[in-house]
Amino acid sequence: MLKRYLARRLVIAIPSLLIASVIVFTLPRLIPGDAVQLMLAETSYAKDIDELRAKLGLDRALPVQYAEWVAHVMRGDLGESLWTRRPVLDELAHRLPVSAELALYATVIALAIALPIGVLAAARQDSLADYVARSVAILGLSLPSFWLATLLIVMPAIWWGWRPVTGFTDLRQDPVGHIVQLLLPAAILGIASAAALMRLTRGMLLEALRQDYVRTAQAKGLAQSVVVVKHGLRNAVIPVITLLGTQLPLILGGTVVIETIFGLPGVGRFLFDAINQRDYPVIQGVNLLVVSTVVLVNLGVDVLYGVLDPRIRY
Amino acid sequence: MSTTATIDLNGAAPSPTLVRRGGGAKRWARALARFAVRKPLGAIGGVIVVAMLVMALFAEHIAPYAYDETIRGARMKPPSAAHWLGTDNLSRDLWSRVVYGARVSVTVGFATIALGIAVATAIGVSSAYFGGAYDLVLQRVVDAWLSFPYLVIILSVMAVLGPGRLNLIISVAIIAAATNSRVIRGAALTVMQSQFVEAARAMGCGHARIILRHVLPNVTATIIILATIGLGAVILAESALSFLGFGVPPPYPSWGAMLSGSGRTYMFRAPWMAVWPGVAISLAVFGFNMLGDALRDVLDPRLRGTR
Repeated sequence: MLKRYLARRLVIAIPSLLIASVIVFTLPRLIPGDAVQLMLAETSYAKDIDELRAKLGLDRALPVQYAEWVAHVMRGDLGESLWTRRPVLDELAHRLPVSAELALYATVIALAIALPIGVLAAARQDSLADYVARSVAILGLSLPSFWLATLLIVMPAIWWGWRPVTGFTDLRQDPVGHIVQLLLPAAILGIASAAALMRLTRGMLLEALRQDYVRTAQAKGLAQSVVVVKHGLRNAVIPVITLLGTQLPLILGGTVVIETIFGLPGVGRFLFDAINQRDYPVIQGVNLLVVSTVVLVNLGVDVLYGVLDPRIRY
Repeated sequence: MSTTATIDLNGAAPSPTLVRRGGGAKRWARALARFAVRKPLGAIGGVIVVAMLVMALFAEHIAPYAYDETIRGARMKPPSAAHWLGTDNLSRDLWSRVVYGARVSVTVGFATIALGIAVATAIGVSSAYFGGAYDLVLQRVVDAWLSFPYLVIILSVMAVLGPGRLNLIISVAIIAAATNSRVIRGAALTVMQSQFVEAARAMGCGHARIILRHVLPNVTATIIILATIGLGAVILAESALSFLGFGVPPPYPSWGAMLSGSGRTYMFRAPWMAVWPGVAISLAVFGFNMLGDALRDVLDPRLRGTR
């Protein structure tokens, strides 16, 4: 059953991925001609404009270009950076672990904040705690991450002379230092998601707590904490998991800003630099990687439903 | 006979409309007062939004200095009675720059959301109305758009279009269109199941008439809510892009751009340069989020949990 469901989900995911790949492929091809000329002047990547167009594969019919590009991608060839001349795939392989770690910590932090507060706000609906939690959540959705990051760098430095570590510590050299340096950026990255998740947890839990089985559980004399967590939360968690899936693009997008501010050598920073240098093969490669990750994670989220809720049968 | 039937059926709208027609100032005032009592946080949001609009509209009258005016002997002065929010490294009054900065956020925000919501409505309503293969294909394209992190796709589009106000509006609007079209499609699908749509079709109304006269008016509440909440998100996106250097070019002040460049270079010596533009962004977004939340609860509680 699960296999059939997985197959069906894949059939839906594949067209999305294909359309996304067309978008990824088309974007650099919309560059006005003078940009190619500018690139020529900036990078000295080719002798003349014809050679550059040939190197970028812009000199053939669009469907041919797309087919060729897909064929290359299938073989793991994402082209090479116009600036460093290194294969894009190699560069990504270096940077992906940093961003993946950052996104993972951000997600964990978001959940660690959102679930307890969301549960508390729902269990004590309309109390002061609920009111404060809800207002703080909307505030959390309103704070620009780059401003928060700036403040958290500036203020401790001014007040206590404390500055976050600059420069990147490798995991193999100093595992503790490596994780510690990622915690602050990850927390900032996770705040907006935490707010969104908290609001949904609260809303869904409130709905679950109104059900008959909750009244039954209370009538049986179960402790309120058991009722809330075992009967309420378990039934409220599915939409929260869905939202977690949709938060991933936000977190990944946020890495562009956060990695740039904290000088972390991740994929987001790589993309930002590539965009500033008009390094189109890199932009294409990063976009493809990111979009595939999101599609795959959402597929995983769908499968997770069945594990969390035995009522869902495929 | 048939005319009466149409009027009756039209009257049976499934979702509450904003304010009934033929009201007048008194009715509006009463509706506003009731809203403020029922949703105090929403009312606070509304006040913030109005203050921001006033700042943007009357910047010349509110700001004590021009946004690019250098004041002699006032380089990086901390907040004081003369300069409420202090001055920057080019001796410009920060309060004046924050006031003018509202203009960028408001113009970019409203233009983006107008364009984005218009496209989202076209996609959402037509997708729900025509259904079938058209809906399937269009929704897969929307799926694909939605799987891109918004900042990644916007930056990529900006890399192609180049920086500037118009390109910023277009690239953010593309994202707003994709995200909101889903919700509008959902709302339109509900309306499509109503009897008055069936009746209109049975009476031989054309596609255009059914969409414009029957479906569209009944998804207006949804559209208003999405636009209000969306404005907060769009202002946030605009400030992030300006911060990254893809927004309105200097010296015109935009809140996001004020936090990058010199705001960051001098932030340790003049922290107020890094504080106030951020406060302005947060307040503006907070205002729109609060107002949008309250509007959603009042106008269309079914939308809870869509964001």
